[in-house]
Amino acid sequence: MAQPLISVRDLTFSYAGEDRQEGVEGDAPAVLKGISLDVEKGSFVCILGRNGSGKSTLAKLLNMILTPTSGKIFIKGKDVTDPAMTEDDMFEVRRSIGMVFQNPDNQLVATIVEEDVAFGPENLGVPPEEIRKRVDGALAAVGMTEYARHSPHQLSGGQKQRVAIAGIIAMLPDCIIFDESTAMLDPQGRREVMNTIQALNREKGITVLHITHNMDEATLADRVLVIDGGELVLDGTPRQVFSSVRRLRTVGLDVPQVTELFSLLREEGFDLPGDVLSEEEGADLLSRYLKENEKSQ
Amino acid sequence: MLKDITLGQYFPGNSFLHRQDPRMKIIASILYIVAVFLCKNLFSFLFITLFTVALVLLSRIPMKVILKGVKPLLFILIFTTVYNVFFYQGEHLLADLKIVKIYFEGVMFALLMAVRIVCLLVGSSVILTYTTSPIMLTDGLERLLSPLRKIHVPVHEFAMMMTIALRFIPTLIEETDKIMNAQKARGSDLSSGGLIRRAKALIPILIPLFVSAFRRANDLAVAMECRCYRGGNGRTRMTQLRLHAIDWTMLFTVLLCGGAVVIINLYSPGFSV
Repeated sequence: MAQPLISVRDLTFSYAGEDRQEGVEGDAPAVLKGISLDVEKGSFVCILGRNGSGKSTLAKLLNMILTPTSGKIFIKGKDVTDPAMTEDDMFEVRRSIGMVFQNPDNQLVATIVEEDVAFGPENLGVPPEEIRKRVDGALAAVGMTEYARHSPHQLSGGQKQRVAIAGIIAMLPDCIIFDESTAMLDPQGRREVMNTIQALNREKGITVLHITHNMDEATLADRVLVIDGGELVLDGTPRQVFSSVRRLRTVGLDVPQVTELFSLLREEGFDLPGDVLSEEEGADLLSRYLKENEKSQ
Repeated sequence: MLKDITLGQYFPGNSFLHRQDPRMKIIASILYIVAVFLCKNLFSFLFITLFTVALVLLSRIPMKVILKGVKPLLFILIFTTVYNVFFYQGEHLLADLKIVKIYFEGVMFALLMAVRIVCLLVGSSVILTYTTSPIMLTDGLERLLSPLRKIHVPVHEFAMMMTIALRFIPTLIEETDKIMNAQKARGSDLSSGGLIRRAKALIPILIPLFVSAFRRANDLAVAMECRCYRGGNGRTRMTQLRLHAIDWTMLFTVLLCGGAVVIINLYSPGFSV
């Protein structure tokens, strides 16, 4: 099997000594308690977990904004926790693992959309003609070309978030981490951003790590990771993960409504599958089930 | 109401002055200011006034906008004029009002000073602030001052701070609006009472605003780190400012104007400042 893009071994982290960050609740010093996981290149992984479960911390560890207390992180096979890492190596990691945050307003730097998209490549010292090409390409990839000369404050939340994504794409990353990037958007903006994320994953082969509270978004992933109390509690396809309705409940997460309905029906003794994800699928299954029952009666 | 605040004085357009290279405009405006101060007599002042009017026409900025820009200076203008008229001591007495004496030189001096102040303001703002967007201005300043990096002046950092400030002014204005509405909804009274009461009423607006500004700053810093920001070293720019032949015309015109002023000063008669 090919080498995983991201490989994490026994990762622990505590904010002791570090500045305490927002979103981390309680006094528990260890935010992450021995997490191990691999992320394959080109996959679309969703990370679920309630507030303070350590999922954002995990993301910040992966692109070296934070330094782990113990454990190893390998990015493209390279040990980034190695003390011999130079500053240039660190910037190479940050280039290849891009990150899009929650608040679209707080991650745009420049006063013009295309200048903002150029910010990353400019920092990397890319030659001007090449930056121009990358900026145009990145804006086209998120469908924001016509807004290139706009000012960020003229855009909607979803549009701003797409500009932020373009700013990351322009650095030609291998992986993009979305740290609750849809949480502050309205349904329209959320759809825009999710469509963009899916397109990037499918068409450009960019590995996606999507941190979210939204279960419906998680059903779009290839793989779902559930983190609770700094530990990895569930790992599997959306079907596998969501069929463990009770387990999800105990870690403070909801499941998609259809999945919940089917699990309730199963508990009542109906012979139905417990891993239904979409409403269409559920409706089909129910109507088929009802027809079969009519015949057998 | 807060949305009406405009950033700087930039007046968008596509005139000859708008298209000039910002670096050249910064230098040209400095030269222009020097030229205005070089004016010594009626004729050189006349010349610089004509030059300024030509600049205004060239910039295609409506007279209304220009006059609005002069308005805040009206008080200073009237004050200095009156002061000069009454207290300047000359040779040719025009009127004796017992307490003060008005001299011909005083009137001339007052007039020329007023022209100088108006020219300074109108000319430099037409060359620079009205016709250059804040971004171009920051860019131009950064590039113009970049030689200072050799003596460890943090030029890039200042330019970055300016850019970020410009980026966040509209965001923070919106936020202020929101907080004001939220506090009004909680019954806070912002628009009545004396000065002290009103100042006190601002505290519940300023505190949340500062808290949120610091939070934003923290978020932005992390986002910038994620995008490999490491200061000005090794950084390239997408938009390159290149000087074309036409960019030099501006500079040379202003230089010529300055030269003309000096020559007129030397060879024309009459009262001189």
